[in-house]
Amino acid sequence: MHMQSLAQQAKNLAEKKYSSEELTHSYLERIKHFDDTLNSYITVCEEQALATARHIDKKRAQGEQLGPLAGIPIAQKDIFCSKGVRTSCGSKMLNNFISPYDATVIERFNHAGAVMLGKTNMDEFAMGSSNETSFYGAVRNPWDTERVPGGSSGGSASAVAAGLASAATGTDTGGSIRQPASLCGLTGLKPTYGRVSRYGMIAFASSLDQAGPMARSAEDAALLMNVMAGHDPKDSTSSERASEDYAAQLDQNLKGLKIGLPIQYFADELDNSVQTTIEASLKELEAMGATLKDISLPNTQLSVPAYYVIAPAEASSNLSRFDGVRYGYRCENPEDLDDLYTRTRGEGFGDEVKRRILVGTYALSAGYFDAYYKKAQQIRRLIKDDFVNAFSEVDIIAGPSAPNTAFKLGEKTGDPIVMYLEDLYTIAVNLAGIPAISIPAGNINSLPIGLQLIGNYFEEEKLLAIAHQFQQRTDWHLQQSPIFAR
Amino acid sequence: MSISKQDIEKIASLARVDVKHDEIDEVASRITSILSMVDQMQAVDTEGVVPMANPLDARQRLRPDQVTETEGEANRELCQSIAPATQDGLFLVPKVID
Repeated sequence: MHMQSLAQQAKNLAEKKYSSEELTHSYLERIKHFDDTLNSYITVCEEQALATARHIDKKRAQGEQLGPLAGIPIAQKDIFCSKGVRTSCGSKMLNNFISPYDATVIERFNHAGAVMLGKTNMDEFAMGSSNETSFYGAVRNPWDTERVPGGSSGGSASAVAAGLASAATGTDTGGSIRQPASLCGLTGLKPTYGRVSRYGMIAFASSLDQAGPMARSAEDAALLMNVMAGHDPKDSTSSERASEDYAAQLDQNLKGLKIGLPIQYFADELDNSVQTTIEASLKELEAMGATLKDISLPNTQLSVPAYYVIAPAEASSNLSRFDGVRYGYRCENPEDLDDLYTRTRGEGFGDEVKRRILVGTYALSAGYFDAYYKKAQQIRRLIKDDFVNAFSEVDIIAGPSAPNTAFKLGEKTGDPIVMYLEDLYTIAVNLAGIPAISIPAGNINSLPIGLQLIGNYFEEEKLLAIAHQFQQRTDWHLQQSPIFAR
Repeated sequence: MSISKQDIEKIASLARVDVKHDEIDEVASRITSILSMVDQMQAVDTEGVVPMANPLDARQRLRPDQVTETEGEANRELCQSIAPATQDGLFLVPKVID
């Protein structure tokens, strides 16, 4: 039952084929059995999970009408504050932080009756593309445990791909849902900026961060979006635009759909086997009635430099709250206030986080603000304009989600820039604030690779529908790693 | 744009992040290479381009000026229950003023 789609599990629970307690227990057993290898969870909430499951089973037995997520075991990325449960953000800084409140995302899942299996591992403070920077150790890819699952939502990706959860939440600031989805063979959606509430979601870069679903199918992702999306008055950047019933709009015809292929995404540097696989998946979409058209996003190359000014700058502001005063780590025997701050932060943060705080501080400091931060924001406008122009010619934009399949642990940790280029295809989407989805599109040497579909503002329902139609005709999304299939 | 040890010490001080003496060289070199990568932006003409701070060019929304959180003491107790050091509802830090 653990590898059934969430949609199927919801049906089975409604028809009482098995109980939520049985389903939850099954995942908890698999976590005990397999997670020592994968390290996808930081905190497992066994008692709480079973208590919720039993509570939902009771409600169902009493004939109450329950939604599709009721009793479904979900994993939550450890970036969402969860009341009474440790919320670490993958960092020593929050290793002892028991959140006094629930993030809106978690509250919504609770309201829907979902079971929280636990909090998943992630790159520290969401900064990374391989889940190797976590204080709790690296996460492994279920397809090959010598390889990374991607990041920063690596724990969520690994857990869902290995059947240690029905689905999971992730967050995406520069590709942190889409790239791990691609590397682990999952469907991962980054919604439009403002579509999902950021209240209680530990902030990395406030103008880029967005929470989204990571699941084994577009239909499952749509069911999660129905819970996650919508206006939240507690998040002042939350969109007031009404959200949709994403699961009700999946059956759309692809006839006449115009798909733009940026020439910059298919340049010479793109690995041959990735290109071949992506092109085959595009042919599939053509066979379903779509037309392909070459387009240009001229400022694509500037997205990595612009992001690596804006994101660290915003992070340096957001992470200034970690000071050892009100919560989290505090250094021992501070001599004075300055020592409290500098040593708490020096000891509590890992190297990548410190590096980004320093880059961000530099970019915002007197004398450098115009050359770096303001310049990056102007480049950001140009990148957004590229997309706006493209969407006047095409309906969606397609390309690879990542430049490669899962790489080996340690392979890219030597030079930060090599790691930063992992996000080449995903970053511009965050800068513009538009939605994008990664769906499994093939295997190269038994490792998954994802196709990324990028949509216009608030068109995630279109992306989910196209993904769903693709998944009706192909079965890449149904493949499971043989290592964890039992 | 090469970042010196002194630059790192200054930024680290601004950011209140302790960088150990034996780490400074490596940190300086890594940050230099990041900033070199970032310098690609300088080649682009952005004259007259309006900087974009928010992806939807949204304005900061304000809520009505009304008290909506009334839990008072209970809320403070809950939030302070996880603090490293508190006393009489205040957070304790090393002495600031001599």
